[in-house]
Amino acid sequence: MHKRAFFRSKSLPYLLLLPQMLVLAVFFFWPAGLAIWQSLYLADPFGFNSIFVGLENFQMLFDSPEYWASVRVTFIFSALTTALAMGIGLLLAVFADRAMRGVLIFKSAAIWPYAVAPAVAGALWIFLFHPVFGSVAGFLKAIGVPWNPLLNGNHAMTLVVIAGAWKQISYNFVFFLAGLQAIPKSLIEAAAIDGAGPARRLWRVILPLMSPTIFFLIVVNTVYAFFDTFGIIHAVTGGGPAGATNILVFKVYTDGFENQDIGSSAAQSVVLMAIVIALTVFQFRYVERRVSYA
Amino acid sequence: MSAEIAIEAPAERPTRATRERVGMVEHAVWFDRLAYAVLIVGSVIICLPIIYAIVVASMPDGRESEAVWLIPGTALFDNLATAWNKELLGRQLLNSFIMAVGITAGKILISLLSAFAIVYFRFPFRMGFFWLIFITLMLPVEVRIMPTYEVVANAFLPLNAILGLIGLELALEWSLLDSYTGLILPLIASATATFLYRQFFLTVPEELCEAARIDGAGPITFFRRILMPMSITTTAALSVILFIFGWNQYLWPLLVTTDQDLTTIVIGVARTLPTEDADAQWNLTMATALIATLPPVAVVLILQRWFVRGLIESEK
Repeated sequence: MHKRAFFRSKSLPYLLLLPQMLVLAVFFFWPAGLAIWQSLYLADPFGFNSIFVGLENFQMLFDSPEYWASVRVTFIFSALTTALAMGIGLLLAVFADRAMRGVLIFKSAAIWPYAVAPAVAGALWIFLFHPVFGSVAGFLKAIGVPWNPLLNGNHAMTLVVIAGAWKQISYNFVFFLAGLQAIPKSLIEAAAIDGAGPARRLWRVILPLMSPTIFFLIVVNTVYAFFDTFGIIHAVTGGGPAGATNILVFKVYTDGFENQDIGSSAAQSVVLMAIVIALTVFQFRYVERRVSYA
Repeated sequence: MSAEIAIEAPAERPTRATRERVGMVEHAVWFDRLAYAVLIVGSVIICLPIIYAIVVASMPDGRESEAVWLIPGTALFDNLATAWNKELLGRQLLNSFIMAVGITAGKILISLLSAFAIVYFRFPFRMGFFWLIFITLMLPVEVRIMPTYEVVANAFLPLNAILGLIGLELALEWSLLDSYTGLILPLIASATATFLYRQFFLTVPEELCEAARIDGAGPITFFRRILMPMSITTTAALSVILFIFGWNQYLWPLLVTTDQDLTTIVIGVARTLPTEDADAQWNLTMATALIATLPPVAVVLILQRWFVRGLIESEK
């Protein structure tokens, strides 16, 4: 936790902490506190008055079918995005770990999407899947799928899941590859000598050994899908059609800035903060422990 | 890292040496072929959006739909030039660059200082500060977007409220909207970098600090002459990650900048996305997307080693 050798000074440590504390106080703690405060008040649309309403904003939120629709959409979206991004990342990492030639090319191909902004990733994918211009859309139509993400909710969801997962493959690939390379070769050899083929070794030896990485990635991918995909949703679907891709973070934004419903937006922020804090605690209490004792 | 070097090294076909490295694990030919097939197909699918974007960006006006066949047109450089001139892309690139570098430098600076304080000093409330920083670890700005916007619209809001408590009713105003400061500061308000430095400092041998103190070096000298040079690899790895993070911001710049002169390139791309199919100029949209994507992709690919290291270390 701290050093045996340390410096003594009455004021210097506080001075060193000051810049970060100032930034955190003004741009983190104050807004977070404000969100909690606003979630307990009801403001009139002009912002002149606000009345204390207790938990009424939360009550209204949890009674609203649109909110639960958004919760449902968010869970479907993050589960699919996480599963797809982790699945493909693992698949590529397993084979890249095995390959002898051209590894740098394969690694570069898998890594570069990380650098693409979510909004730009959305722009790239919407064009491939555009009902009029897109070549993938053209292919889908040719095999008889009436593809139209602008009208069909499931199609829109498919599109944002693909764009969201595509961007996150890189991240999972890097962690899986590092995890695979950290596994002692002797364990794999022992399994091979005992007659386990590649698939069995992966399932019975490699994946269990990588379970800390897998749990960690589930948490990180979920947080990514909850928040970092805002740009994709905003640029590609705008939450539509008919709320089919209206994830929670997008709803916080539209309710707050477009519908000017400050109390509800603040209540939604508080709920989201609680979810992230729960995930962080889960991550540190369970996942970290598994890492250190694995 | 050493394992990674080992796997990159053999450039030729598997020789006796590489077989020995694989050891007792059988090297089935069908499995190797499968591996390469999966890697090649996977790489092509992952690269498909950018290939298609290049093809579309190379199409002359009105002929974007021909890009379906993935055969590039002839107008790539014309379109890049048109896109560049149409939307002040030079200015937008500069804005993105200032924001990304500002976030990177700002976060590294405040994190280095606070991690140094927490690891190398003992003082009252040390653990209190540690926990205050800790809880900011995973909460992105998107979660508290409305109130953060309000604070940025008047950065004296907290000060006014505190002064109000002691009976001073001042209405100080300091709006950070439409400024680089407003773009940068809220995005450096999180603890990831502090934790990374803290972890690194804890691995620095105790003897270094003892020796420095025996030689009469004060904390600032120790920090500048020993700790900062030692942290250089951590800083480099972190810089790559933070640069990408800063460059790719979307929601925050969307809210705090209305001034055309402060538009970042990512927002610029989103603005060129046509809302109606009728007046779509997809070739220019894709040309803009290519320009917006090139700098961060170049950073990740050229500094790949640092990028991978930064990714793995910063998320531990």
